[in-house]
Amino acid sequence: MKLLREAYYILLGFLQMLGASGLFLMKLLRATPLALARPGLIFQQVFNVGAMSLVLIMVSGLFVGMVLALQGYNTLSKFAATSALGTLVALSLLRELGPVVTALLFAGRAGTALTSEIGLMRATEQLAGMEMMAVDPIRRVVVPRFLAGVISMPLLVGIFNAVGVLGGYLVGVKLMHVDIASFWSQIHANVDLHDDFRSGVIKSVVFGIACTLIAVFEGFYAQPTAEGVSRATTRTVVNSALAVLALDYLLTAFMF
Amino acid sequence: MKQTRTIEIVTGFFIILGFAALYVIATSATNIKSYGEAGYAVTASFSNIGGLKERAQVTLAGVEVGRVTKITLDPKTFNAIVTLQMSGRFDQIPDDTTASILTSGLLGEQYVGLSPGGSETYLKNGSVIQYTQPALVLENLIGQFLSNSTKPSSSSGGK
Repeated sequence: MKLLREAYYILLGFLQMLGASGLFLMKLLRATPLALARPGLIFQQVFNVGAMSLVLIMVSGLFVGMVLALQGYNTLSKFAATSALGTLVALSLLRELGPVVTALLFAGRAGTALTSEIGLMRATEQLAGMEMMAVDPIRRVVVPRFLAGVISMPLLVGIFNAVGVLGGYLVGVKLMHVDIASFWSQIHANVDLHDDFRSGVIKSVVFGIACTLIAVFEGFYAQPTAEGVSRATTRTVVNSALAVLALDYLLTAFMF
Repeated sequence: MKQTRTIEIVTGFFIILGFAALYVIATSATNIKSYGEAGYAVTASFSNIGGLKERAQVTLAGVEVGRVTKITLDPKTFNAIVTLQMSGRFDQIPDDTTASILTSGLLGEQYVGLSPGGSETYLKNGSVIQYTQPALVLENLIGQFLSNSTKPSSSSGGK
């Protein structure tokens, strides 16, 4: 009985969090047209959120592509089908690994930074100070960060995919001596612009919205103490990872 | 001042790099070429398409001239109606061309091979290819071979 009540409260808490972030998203969208009047703020955040994640994304993409090629080669060579290595690497990256791994890294690299920044602004009463000066903190602080995240994510996914395919090419063709022509021609023949590329981009946009929303939401409603900010940062990573993986399943089921 | 400039340059670089990466992936790692040009669609009906799939190649003399875009079943004749999206560059293919379903390699993918006829009029959007050859189904072949090899002993005793 006690267990049941516990589960009930967990469910209630989950629904509350979902509803609160939904309402917060509405608030953000309402403030978006006004925030667009100052694109400078947004681009400054694109630097913080996107450009600063660049090295991490490129190195991870390279290694993910290389590992895919290595694993794929070992399995495909059993069936004498190593000419399909390029397809395997490109499809895995474009459809799944690119968006998902980038989103997880993004949550760890940029999401935590956003949460702790906004949370500290709340803790040091900077947000309250802005309100005192009749500056809407949502419009001035939160929306530019949110938009920057939504802009950056597809770009980061694109870079991740490009570097990943390059890594697959390096291991497959240069190291394992898969025929270069069959590597690329199989990619060209089997990776579809609409089915595979476009749905990967859609995924990345959705993940960008989810990850950044969770990050700014947790930061904005963090308890204004040192402990509260640290908890909010942890929640950002955990919730982003869960949201990305769950959304990935839903999107995959819908699109493919 | 100098620092904001560096930030702006790095941000611009990041945005350019992101779009460039998306562009490179879209153009060099997908089948974008088969979408690019405006072509024309022709249909052909086959009594059996074997394992032909949508997006399979359409080739003439080994050169890719189009793609299979749709496969449906004719409800009256029970033939498979295959729609071939031909690329616009190849607009002078005679309309008495034969379409056959072939296999690349022993266990490879199936594709539509065209062998041109001698007509003076060309295939255009909406044309129907009259002459078709169905796919060779291995089981049927084996079945024929077996029935052929058992028959002669009773009737004529030939080869």
